[in-house]
Amino acid sequence: MSSSITRRTFLKAAGFTIAIAITPSGYTILSAKELEEAKNKGFSPSVWLRIMPDNTVVITVNKSEMGQGVYTSLPMIIADELEAGWKQVKFEVAPAADGYKDPVWGAQATGGSSSIRHMYEPLRKAGAAAREMLVTAAAGVWNVPAADCEASQGTVKHSAGKRTITYGELVEPASALDLPKNPSLKKESQFRLIGTAVPRLDLLEKTDGTAKFGIDVLVPDLLYATVARPNAFGAKVEAVHDAMAQKIKGVRKIVQIDGGVAFCADTIEAAWQAKKSTHIVWGKGTDPDLSNESLAKSFEEHLSKDGIIARKEGDVQNALASAAVKLDSRYYLPYLAHATMEPMNCTAHVQTDRCDIWVPTQNQTGTLMTAKKITGLNPEQIHVHTAYLGGGFGRRFEQDFVEEAVQTAKAVGRPVKVIWTREEDFQYDYYRPGNLSRIQAALDDKGNPTAWSHKIVCPSIFARVFPDTMKKGIDNAAVEGLSNLEYDVPNVSVEYVRIDTPVPVGFWRSVGSSHNAFTVETFIDELAHQAKKDPLRFRLDLLKKHPRAQRVLELAAEKAGWGKPPEKGIGRGIAYHLSFDSYVAQVAEVSVDRTSGAIKVHRIVCAVDCGPLINTDTIKAQMMGGIVMGLSSALKESISFGRGKVLTENFDHYDLLRMSETPEIEVHIVKSDAKFGGIGEPGVPPAAPAVANALFNLTGVRLRSLPMKPETVLKALKASV
Amino acid sequence: MISLKVNGRKHDIDLSPDVPLVWVIREHLKLTGTKYACGKGLCGSCTVHIEGKAVRSCQTSVGDAAGKDITTIEGIPEGHPLKKMWVKEQVAQCGYCQPGQIMQAAELLSGDKNPSDEAIVRAMDGNLCRCGTYPRIKSAIRLAAKEGGK
Repeated sequence: MSSSITRRTFLKAAGFTIAIAITPSGYTILSAKELEEAKNKGFSPSVWLRIMPDNTVVITVNKSEMGQGVYTSLPMIIADELEAGWKQVKFEVAPAADGYKDPVWGAQATGGSSSIRHMYEPLRKAGAAAREMLVTAAAGVWNVPAADCEASQGTVKHSAGKRTITYGELVEPASALDLPKNPSLKKESQFRLIGTAVPRLDLLEKTDGTAKFGIDVLVPDLLYATVARPNAFGAKVEAVHDAMAQKIKGVRKIVQIDGGVAFCADTIEAAWQAKKSTHIVWGKGTDPDLSNESLAKSFEEHLSKDGIIARKEGDVQNALASAAVKLDSRYYLPYLAHATMEPMNCTAHVQTDRCDIWVPTQNQTGTLMTAKKITGLNPEQIHVHTAYLGGGFGRRFEQDFVEEAVQTAKAVGRPVKVIWTREEDFQYDYYRPGNLSRIQAALDDKGNPTAWSHKIVCPSIFARVFPDTMKKGIDNAAVEGLSNLEYDVPNVSVEYVRIDTPVPVGFWRSVGSSHNAFTVETFIDELAHQAKKDPLRFRLDLLKKHPRAQRVLELAAEKAGWGKPPEKGIGRGIAYHLSFDSYVAQVAEVSVDRTSGAIKVHRIVCAVDCGPLINTDTIKAQMMGGIVMGLSSALKESISFGRGKVLTENFDHYDLLRMSETPEIEVHIVKSDAKFGGIGEPGVPPAAPAVANALFNLTGVRLRSLPMKPETVLKALKASV
Repeated sequence: MISLKVNGRKHDIDLSPDVPLVWVIREHLKLTGTKYACGKGLCGSCTVHIEGKAVRSCQTSVGDAAGKDITTIEGIPEGHPLKKMWVKEQVAQCGYCQPGQIMQAAELLSGDKNPSDEAIVRAMDGNLCRCGTYPRIKSAIRLAAKEGGK
């Protein structure tokens, strides 16, 4: 067989490829030719883009899809620069590999509203390089200058010769070319896809039931497993009495793992029955008396402790001492569950020389490392198959469910699917930390704030997840939105008091901003009221150095009709927050049922400035979804503790916002030249304070803790008369 | 032996009649479009039709469903107005709850060709969506009703 035929056969299968290698300083884009050389140099590049002879463009996505539309938005970036026709484009999910790491993080993971921010530049460059190579290849085929040829919608055109050739037909000549050193990027005016509302590539399969989520994974020879986990935080297994369970039909193995006891059976129902029939003796937990009350008390006690200064400007104490008017408020916010609709699950198969993990994960690198530690296999022998995530919100960054599945699979030697029940999903979460803030502020005689002292007691997420980031003992998540408070106040101090409790805490959509936006934006409203100023005007005056903040506030206010009196019985509140480099302002319109205390949110008007836009429909969808989640936490959600554990078990005690409680939502996008901002999380933070401020506007009642449940509102209404 | 009729197909399965239907549909029949999410009839993710009525398959035992006509998301025909409008309105985000939402909406439209907004909310209020796609679900149902009426 001649080498040219071999090459042709190879290209037919592999297509024209562009690879990216993640290097310590970022990334390098590689042609097919360079791919092999790079491998020899010790890099591990991965193919990100393949153009097939049938003219299909296959784009590999290295980020997890959990609702945020990343299987569409990332391909849009490559496809636009490549000048591919959108109908040619297919996406493929990346395996866990060095070549698919996020070039900023050096890890393959999805979070922090960063997918587009981190991937935009490499993906554009890869697309542009491929486009230039295809143009050069076509020019070569026709023997005309490349400058006379133009890429357009999946073809190259030579206008003078009235000739057109498809990308698919250029696979072979393009593959022989060197990568252009500095491929020219499109001008914004040349974008066809970027900045428009492109329909999602995953929508159809998410509509007809064919989308495969982690829990849907079915592999041959599969066993099902359920895990009995500690009956209190920190409790350890002392004895397992499973004689009855062993006799149940279909039960295959009962095995102790780090997280508890795993029951493996032919069916999930047999596994559950086995668990039910087993008596496990648990040791004492770390704090058997842990309860809502004990936690609240502990937070209170910590408030009187000295914390670490996270920010200090001017002399707050002096300014407070000499102030004309002082305000001193406390805000207490609950622990929250992620409550992804798909409960945690993971399927694993551990063999002597290979490990397969099918998992809905936000953290492929973490999964790989977890499996490596348990199996002792090399990363090349571990195959992570990322399924669709039935919601992530930070929960699926964690490794607990992977650890359980891999340990269990290793013990049974067959593929095992570990499925969590909803009860387990609520009881063994890494919760959004509860927190307590005390804010003191001073106003001068003109009503201008002269001092802002903010002390927050909050458990640390970073101390467990990224301990290296804990500079001076400060958890950046805990002081998010405080250490970068934009309101122009001459004397500011932010103090962080870390509290360690047995309750595990983790990233929850918008992280520290999910609570700090509430305290800051409610408190600024208190100050505005104290200063007898319009809450919008008051904010704008303090944000003169932050025109983007002013712009979103003004736009949301204008669209909501701020300044015109609302209908009778309706209160209006406003809030804004900067998170993940995006500015979001929201105006809420609420009414309250004075007999039940139930708040009804009628309308949320949202304005967002996230810098450049990729998919405008996704931006709207993410704002809308963020608002619903923000309202859900504002009105309904809190985790309940007692007897050293979580008492919350299911949606009957932790209900989420429902359709009847969802307001009309309008999203207005501010187009700006600012740097890219994230979009998955920033919709959440302003919703709760906007509602609380609207309630105050309507009733004069100021709520400083969440959720604003009817009974809480009713009590406050009664107390205010 | 239990005999199930799902999407017009007959299946004979050997299992205890008290197993919740959702697990039988998903893990035994491998029709994974029907989702488990709460197991208590609180969220609607597992909604299927039995004899045309929307039921929570986590609250229905396989024994009770035996012999009856069961329809899952896989049995909703291509080109169904709800499926079309779900795509047109770009409803799904994570997508996990959507089969249940569509099954619930399908029951509504089979009985009420032109539901009011109040009727839509009443019918859909038992179906949770953590991604917050409710506004788009509502408009997709409105559009599907119009399309169906053509």
